[in-house]
Amino acid sequence: MSLLALVLLPALAATFAYFVNEPATRTGALLGTAGLHLALTAGLWLTPRSPALGGWLAADGLGLIILSLISLLFLVVAGYANGYLRTRSARDRRVFTSGMLAFLAAASLVTLSHHLALLWVGMEATTLSMAPLIYDRHDRRSLEAVWKYLVLSSVGIALALLAVFLLATAQPSAPGARPLVLDDLLAGAPSLDRWWLRASFVFALAGFGTKMGLAPMHTWKPDTYGEAPSLVGALMAGGVTSCAFVGLARFTQVLAAAGLAGFARPLLLAFGLFSLVVAAAFIVGQADVKRLLAYSSVEHMGLLVLGLGLGGWGTYGAVLHVLNNGLVKGWLFLVVGNLVLAAGSSAAADVRGMLRARPVSATLVVAGLFAVTGSPPFGLFLSEFAIVSGAVREHHPLVAGAALLLLAVIFVGIARMILEMVLGERAGPEEPGAEREGAWMVAGPLALAVLVLMLGSYLPAPLRAELARAAVTLGGSAP
Amino acid sequence: MRSLAEGLLLLVILTDFAVLSMSRLSACIRAVAAQGLLLGVLSLVVEGAWSVHGIGLAFGTVTVKAVLLPWFLRWAIREASVRREVEPLVGYMASLLLGAGALVVSFAVAARLPATESPPLLVPVALATLIIGLVVLITRTKAVSQVVGYLMLENGIYVFGLTQSRRVPFLVDAGVLLDVFVGVFVMGIVLFHINREFDSISATQLSELKE
Repeated sequence: MSLLALVLLPALAATFAYFVNEPATRTGALLGTAGLHLALTAGLWLTPRSPALGGWLAADGLGLIILSLISLLFLVVAGYANGYLRTRSARDRRVFTSGMLAFLAAASLVTLSHHLALLWVGMEATTLSMAPLIYDRHDRRSLEAVWKYLVLSSVGIALALLAVFLLATAQPSAPGARPLVLDDLLAGAPSLDRWWLRASFVFALAGFGTKMGLAPMHTWKPDTYGEAPSLVGALMAGGVTSCAFVGLARFTQVLAAAGLAGFARPLLLAFGLFSLVVAAAFIVGQADVKRLLAYSSVEHMGLLVLGLGLGGWGTYGAVLHVLNNGLVKGWLFLVVGNLVLAAGSSAAADVRGMLRARPVSATLVVAGLFAVTGSPPFGLFLSEFAIVSGAVREHHPLVAGAALLLLAVIFVGIARMILEMVLGERAGPEEPGAEREGAWMVAGPLALAVLVLMLGSYLPAPLRAELARAAVTLGGSAP
Repeated sequence: MRSLAEGLLLLVILTDFAVLSMSRLSACIRAVAAQGLLLGVLSLVVEGAWSVHGIGLAFGTVTVKAVLLPWFLRWAIREASVRREVEPLVGYMASLLLGAGALVVSFAVAARLPATESPPLLVPVALATLIIGLVVLITRTKAVSQVVGYLMLENGIYVFGLTQSRRVPFLVDAGVLLDVFVGVFVMGIVLFHINREFDSISATQLSELKE
């Protein structure tokens, strides 16, 4: 029952937030829903979980980990939005709040769906719920960004729908086997038609890959993240991309169960490495900090499919990395957003001397720089280490070497920009004066930072168990 | 029943080529609306027997793809007073040739696929409509024609989905239709704003954001 509530509660709250006129009530609905959602999600970790809707909704390891990530990230972003929205007009606030809640409903549906067509419906809904949020500034540049986003994502999501139909074609009609229900697909995996299954995976990779922002289908990403408000960037880079990863992982799971991992893996490896190359090429010499974060997201999506394609420890690392990446993206987008608001521009040349102007946010940005590039003691170090050592153990030394080299290049590129923004002197006379930073705007990112730090040294036992379970279902193994 | 389905599928191909060859936006929209109507009837024919699912699906398809969305797109171009021609990047003759190429490729690919229980024309027509939709999406500069291309792409996938329609539950069909509807609706709203900002709905003007 609580599974259904996780989807329906935010959906109802979204409708309510759109029609209610009182700003305080709306904020209450947003924060209340976010809190309740997190409580319900936490409940799933504690009590045995029974499937809902006749097995269409269920919480397995992978789904539960990503649902928890999204729920947590959403609560932080909702708190931040509470501060951010005070500067907006009443109508904008209504649409914004409603869009955020609709996203939460759709994302919960994606993570809990064990019916792949239902998963697709949720994925498309996350895409659409983001559109009004990206267009929040109502100017030419954000209009262009939202158009590119809509057209490219819609084509991607259409290809993912084709993948779902192809998978249904691969499944022979047998009594008792419900079409497109994950558990029945896995149970009957040996009898799936090989040809249709391969075709289905190719389209799933192209479709969900577009939504994840894998190169070369990443072109919407820098434009969208660059123009959208930074809290929307946090939701997209940490939430929407993780949902798309779930979609791709479900197809990988079916292929692995059918013994076709050998077909899926080289494809995943190729897209992963190419994304790392593209990210490195565009991060070095990037002039806009939000676009820099977008390419960093391309990098991390590349690492995710790389891990998925490696198998073994790599897959374990990939699942852990979804969690780490989502948390760190939320953290960085929000604090970078504070600096951008203070400087009035996201061009790195305009953001200077932030250690004096916004000391708390600037410190968090510098810490985030080390976290996002996978330095110890942060969680991303562990997950990237698992992926790279997975490559060595699965006899891909060249992949490991190339990944390490590209990660080093990316580190230098990101470090140069961030350090200049925080420590550099501004050329012009006007530097933003030091101002007290609102508690709403730094508390959330700080909490995320603490979590990422914790994940770098300590994984709670239940999390470790679910991670291992998720890795095994995806054809990998736990260290 | 089977020959009726084949006839309808041939008509779907005709509407594909109609979109490729017509120079007026409103004619393209009408062609896509006709395609939506054909898909609705087709879903009834392929279903074979009269069932609540089949009738519901056909009704939903016709309402969304043949009535609501075309009406909405016509509203968008009227409100935006878009110049009527579609302004292709590739000439009409060349895009017709591309369409013919897509058709040949689709039949060639479909002939090599493992067989399904559905009418033999279904898979090649689905592929051809999908590819022609992509061609329209890529080669037309007007944002409205890009939406038309997206709708055709979506229609191609829908035709393919008919091979599975009996096995996919109604709730899922409804969800898919609803998503397509809301998707195009959101695109339409963005179109309307693009026109207000740029005084024309041409995607070539959307080029401020680049490296």
